[in-house]
Amino acid sequence: MRRAIEVRDLTKIYAQGEAAMRALDEVDLDVHRGELMLLMGPSGSGKTTLLSIMGCILQATSGSVRIHGQEIVGLPQKALPKLRLDHIGFIFQGFNLFPTLTAAQNVGLALDLKGITGGAGRTRAADLLEQVGLGGKLHAYPADLSGGQKQRIAIARALAGDPSIVLADEPTAALDSTSGHTVMALMQELAHQRDRAVVIVTHDNRMLGYADRIVHIEDGRIHQETNGTEVVTNQPALQGAYV
Amino acid sequence: MRLRLSDLAWRNLVHDRVRLGVTLTGIVFAVVLIVVQLGLFLGFTTATSGVIDHSGADLWITATRVPYIEQGVPFSERKLSTVLSTPGVASATKYIVRFTQCQRPDGRQESVQVVGFDPDRPLGGPWNVTEGNPADLKAADNIFIDEIYKAKLGVTHIGQIVEIRGHRARIVGFTTGIRSFTVSPYVFTSFKNAQDYTTVPENQTIFILVKAAPGVSITDLRQRLLSELRDVDVRTNAEFSRMTQIYWMFTTGAGIAVLLAALLGLVVGVVVVAQTIYATTMDHLREYGTLKAMGATNGYLYRVIIQQAVISAVIGYGLAMVVSHFVVAGSQRGGAAILLPTPVAVGMLGLTMAMCVGAAMVSINTVTRLDPAMVFKG
Repeated sequence: MRRAIEVRDLTKIYAQGEAAMRALDEVDLDVHRGELMLLMGPSGSGKTTLLSIMGCILQATSGSVRIHGQEIVGLPQKALPKLRLDHIGFIFQGFNLFPTLTAAQNVGLALDLKGITGGAGRTRAADLLEQVGLGGKLHAYPADLSGGQKQRIAIARALAGDPSIVLADEPTAALDSTSGHTVMALMQELAHQRDRAVVIVTHDNRMLGYADRIVHIEDGRIHQETNGTEVVTNQPALQGAYV
Repeated sequence: MRLRLSDLAWRNLVHDRVRLGVTLTGIVFAVVLIVVQLGLFLGFTTATSGVIDHSGADLWITATRVPYIEQGVPFSERKLSTVLSTPGVASATKYIVRFTQCQRPDGRQESVQVVGFDPDRPLGGPWNVTEGNPADLKAADNIFIDEIYKAKLGVTHIGQIVEIRGHRARIVGFTTGIRSFTVSPYVFTSFKNAQDYTTVPENQTIFILVKAAPGVSITDLRQRLLSELRDVDVRTNAEFSRMTQIYWMFTTGAGIAVLLAALLGLVVGVVVVAQTIYATTMDHLREYGTLKAMGATNGYLYRVIIQQAVISAVIGYGLAMVVSHFVVAGSQRGGAAILLPTPVAVGMLGLTMAMCVGAAMVSINTVTRLDPAMVFKG
């Protein structure tokens, strides 16, 4: 499989001096296209920090992170928005939709950032919402939709820029079980059918079965890497490791 | 369905209608306050020099070092013949502007400013005449006043008699819109009457108004008159007008007070708009952070915030102009006119935009420092 993200000796230290906190400690990790990876671990283990650095949102203290071969550590802050726009789609626990915009307009906003406007933007937004099963909710406002529907709008928005990498932070945490599975099925489809590299930070053990790989982080280090199938096969014993 | 930035800005604004109402109220309050104060300033300024600006004269001859029209000092009227014999002078006339006392028909005393001119010459007479014929001022004891001051002088119609410094004065006409900055109404009358109504001695005058012959350079004529005359100053109409305006508006502090009130309006507007746009921005901080995480540049977010400010400015300005229209119209019936000439109204749009966009800078600063990583924090 082709590597989408390549992380080497990645270290992130917050603050300095006696207050310094090593959030990531010489992490090595590869993320491939067509793969759905779960990043798991206890709170404060460094998984969101790792996700933020891979998403070109947070800068590393040292080490190397390559996005499709391009080194991002040490790049000037100004260069990062373009990298995010070109390669990365984000999905958040709290959806982060504009409450004042309809579903189509929320997606349209992301398309606008990519310079896709007018009729092309309209068609693309409708198409994206159709893909996530919300073709009938184009003009609905987030407040009128369920959590699962909101998250599906967020997924459509994340896909607006046609990113090769999708990073999600606890996308099912605010959803009921049915909605959570719907969202995870969509994420799996993104990886397997559309050849995206999908990385999901989650505490949700119900979602383990969707993973191709599970990376367990603890104290800023990769503690364990497991094949998703292996986890499902050996349930519930292995699942306990991710609580 | 296509989303433009202005749609986002608009929707952010109307999402909280109460807050939008507060924003617009703040803008309307600020703009109306500024318009009223600037309008008063313009109205006062125009009033201070109205007699000069409408005199039709090119040059004013005054005693030396007269700083403004109300401060004229008598000098010999024999200088008029020298003026009339100076090449380039088409017309010249003696002129009086002086405070004196007027007794109303009911016996009450009021201060007035007598304006004495030669009714046979087209310089320095009343303008905006609504009733009566200025030629009637050739007859003894006849006066014109402005209809704004009818109540102040206790008169209602032509033919009524008042007393000015013990002399009979019959009202033969009315003007409109000739306001006095000093609140002492102008009383137009013949030069001869004016000498009786004031303490100007018979062989003296306060000013000489000069009209240059067509094609004659005002600057050259002024120099010629200065070389011919002793112990007087020769001012161009514009210069004397400006000196009078500056005296009343700035030396007395009246104009400064009005301008400070206008500045206060601007400050109030900036604070109110800044507060409400900032609150709107804070409400949408997570969404802005999301846009940043998605790859939006700061410039993109600035445009959203600035458009919110501009939309607020345009709506607020429109409402404020409606209110101002009524305020300005209402002021025309009073002693202090509020003027809102078109250039000022257009300028106010620019000022309102600047006020609102300036107020948005606080929000822009917040968005600039916004860390997109905040979107991962719960």
